[in-house]
Amino acid sequence: MTFRKYLVLAGVTVFAVSGDSMLARGMKQAGGVSIHHLHRLIFAVLNPWVAAGIMLLLAFFASYMNALSWADLTYVMPATSLGYVLLALVAKFALHEQVSPIRWLGIVLISGGVTFVAGGPALTEHEVCPFTKNAEDTPQVSAGASS
Amino acid sequence: MRHVYTWSGILVVVFFSVVGDILIARAMKQVGDVHELLRRSGVWTVVGRVLSKANFFLGVSAMAVAFFSLLFALSWGDVSLVAPAAASLTFVGNAFAAKIFLHEKVDRRRWIAALLVSAGVALLAG
Repeated sequence: MTFRKYLVLAGVTVFAVSGDSMLARGMKQAGGVSIHHLHRLIFAVLNPWVAAGIMLLLAFFASYMNALSWADLTYVMPATSLGYVLLALVAKFALHEQVSPIRWLGIVLISGGVTFVAGGPALTEHEVCPFTKNAEDTPQVSAGASS
Repeated sequence: MRHVYTWSGILVVVFFSVVGDILIARAMKQVGDVHELLRRSGVWTVVGRVLSKANFFLGVSAMAVAFFSLLFALSWGDVSLVAPAAASLTFVGNAFAAKIFLHEKVDRRRWIAALLVSAGVALLAG
């Protein structure tokens, strides 16, 4: 793992949680969407919070795909959930909201899970990559596994 | 009856999220290490290679279906049930699917992590 790769994982966490929060805030302003009012979705995009949320979620998706190119899905997954922990900490220390004991327990469980995974290898090394039958794809198979 | 709707909605969301994650992960493994590729041949090569993978488009479509089913499920059930249930079941589903379809080595460490994280998500959002 290089510093740049940790930076990508941090991007996955931060973009996911900030994008979700802005989208949620914007959608509350834009009002409810139901099957009969699907056209409201189009107007919702014009809300600045929704637009910013969508941009951040695109950034999340780019870093998520970047991470998946050199790490296992089961390695990257827990990183996405670290965002919830971040959100609770922001709520507590920046917004001075009450965080209930149940939520603190949730934070402890997620952080524990992430620590567990982070201690192991990022990528499963395959003898022969099961998905790449093209000759041009084979050289990168296990590259970066131990970095 | 409402329970049945809500839980089948949740299961549909979980199914398409897992399918989307697996397909995207598979596409990116086919593309290869992006950092390596960027250094060797630049950003347009990376974009071109991603866009040449059918798994990428299938994965994005599955994620879009998951997103819209989530909207529907949210209109049937409470957000405090639907969102955490879908998120934490997706975690466990992904661990199973990654082992079966991506042949990832999901060892005890990763199983425990998947269970801890999904329990944590359920508590946090509940």
